[in-house]
Amino acid sequence: MILISCPDCGSRDETEFHYGGQAHVPYPEDPNALTDEEWGRYLFYRENTKGIFAERWVHSSGCRKWFNVLRDTVTYRIAAVYRTGEPRPTLDGGSQ
Amino acid sequence: MADLLPEHPDFLWRNPEPKSSYDVIIIGGGGHGLATAYYLAKNHGITNVAVLERGWLAGGNMARNTTIIRSNYLWDESAAIYEHSLKQWEVLPEELDYDFLFSQRGVLNLAHTLQDVRDSVRRCEANRLNGVDAEWLDADQVKEVCPIINTSDNIRYPVMGATYQPRAGIAKHDHVAWAFARKADELGVDLIQDCEVTGFVKDGNRVVGVQTSRGTIAAGKVALCAAGHSSVLAEMAGFDLPIQSHPLQALVSELHQPVHPTVVMSNHVHVYVSQAHKGELVMGAGVDAYNGYGQRGGFHVIEEQMAAAVELFPIFARAHLLRTWGGIVDVTPDASPVVSKTPIDQLYVNCGWGTGGFKGTPGAGWTMAHTIAHDEPHEYNAPFALERFSTGALIDEHGAAAVAH
Repeated sequence: MILISCPDCGSRDETEFHYGGQAHVPYPEDPNALTDEEWGRYLFYRENTKGIFAERWVHSSGCRKWFNVLRDTVTYRIAAVYRTGEPRPTLDGGSQ
Repeated sequence: MADLLPEHPDFLWRNPEPKSSYDVIIIGGGGHGLATAYYLAKNHGITNVAVLERGWLAGGNMARNTTIIRSNYLWDESAAIYEHSLKQWEVLPEELDYDFLFSQRGVLNLAHTLQDVRDSVRRCEANRLNGVDAEWLDADQVKEVCPIINTSDNIRYPVMGATYQPRAGIAKHDHVAWAFARKADELGVDLIQDCEVTGFVKDGNRVVGVQTSRGTIAAGKVALCAAGHSSVLAEMAGFDLPIQSHPLQALVSELHQPVHPTVVMSNHVHVYVSQAHKGELVMGAGVDAYNGYGQRGGFHVIEEQMAAAVELFPIFARAHLLRTWGGIVDVTPDASPVVSKTPIDQLYVNCGWGTGGFKGTPGAGWTMAHTIAHDEPHEYNAPFALERFSTGALIDEHGAAAVAH
C-alpha cells in the first residue's frame, strides 16, 4: 500500500485512488491528419519507464480530482505531487 | 499424503564462458528464452546459440507464477497458439525426459453473473469449434468436480456455473525450466548466467551483437525474451513496445492434505486457486494498478484475493499464509502477447504475455524459434505481430485472460 498526497485532501491510502497511467499525453491536435501508425502510437504506446515516471492518479473516494505524481517505478517512492496543468517539476539532484 | 517430488537429476547444464560470437543470442534465461533455445536446436538444427541471463536461470517470472496451464481462450488466433502450447505440454515430459509433474486436473472458470454465464457459454462454443476441450457446467456439476467450492446462494456472488477444460492443469515450474535448460545444453546451447545485456551493437539498422557485463558478444540474430524488462531492452535497441510493466503478486499457504482436486479461477470475485503437489494452496489475483519494476506490490491486493478465496472455499478460512511474492508482468493493450519481428533487422521480440506466460512457454518457444530461423513468423504467431497496433487487428483476450489488467 502506498500513501499518496492528494493536492486537495492530503495523505491517503492508495485504495482511495485509481491509476491513470502516463501523464502529459496530449490528445492529437488534428487526429484526422495522423497516419494509422501515428494514431496507433497515440492509442497504444506509452512510456514504460524504469525509474522516475510521471503518472496520473484520481482521488476516486475523495475529491474525485485528477492530479500528477512523479514516482519511482522500482522503489515505488513518490518524489513529487503536482496539479493537472502544471509542468513536470524538476527534482533535486539533477535527475528528472 | 501429498505427492513426493521425483528424484533430482544429477546433472543439469554446463556453465560455459561466453564465446566471442554466436549465430543466435537469446536475452532472458526464463522459461520462454530456454524453450526458444530448445526449439531452435531441435526443430531448426541451430545450435550455435547462447541464452544470456542477468541473474540466475528461471529466477524471474518462471519462479514466481502460479503454474496454471490451459488453452480455453476466445479468439481463433489465441486458441491456435495456446492449444499448440498445450499439445506440447502433453508430450514434453517424455520428449525432455524429465517428469516435471504435469498434472491435467482440469480448470474451472467460474461465472457469477448472467453476463458471465453468457460470455462463458460463448467461450465454450468458440473453444469447441477450435478443437479445444471445453464444456459448460451448472453449479451442481461444478460441485461434483470440486466439492469444496461453496455453491450455495448465501454468498455475495453465488456460483452460477463454470466453463471446464479437463485437459488443463498445473506443472512444477522450476522443473519445467530445468528440463528445457538441460536438453538445450545437451544440444549444444550455451546457458550463460550472471550476464546482463547493457547495450546493442548495430550496423545500420541491423543488430550484430550485444554489449554485456561480461564483454561484447557478436551475434547473427538476437531475440528478446525478457518479460517485464522488455521495454527497457527495446529502448536500448532503439524501438518502442506497447507494453506496461506491472507488479503481479501470488501467495501460498502452509502445506495441507490434498483437498482441492482441480484449478479454480474466478474473474468476477477475482482469485485463482490450485493445490500444488506438495500441498500448498497456490493463489493469485490481478495486477497491482500502477506501473512497477519492483517485484512486489501492495498487501491490500493479497487481502482482497484471500477474501474472495475464503468466500468461495470456506474450508480455507483457517489456512495460514506462508509466503507472498511478486513478479513483473508485461501487459499489452489487448491482453495478448507479442511474438514478432521488430523494426530492427535480425532482432526479434517475444513479450506481452502479461499474466499468462507460463502456460504459453512451449508455444512461445516454438513460434519464436521459427520466427528467428526463417526471419518470418510461424502461422501461429503471425497474428501476434507488432503491426496489429497500427492495423487495429487486436486480439482482445481480456475476458479469457481471467485476470484484471
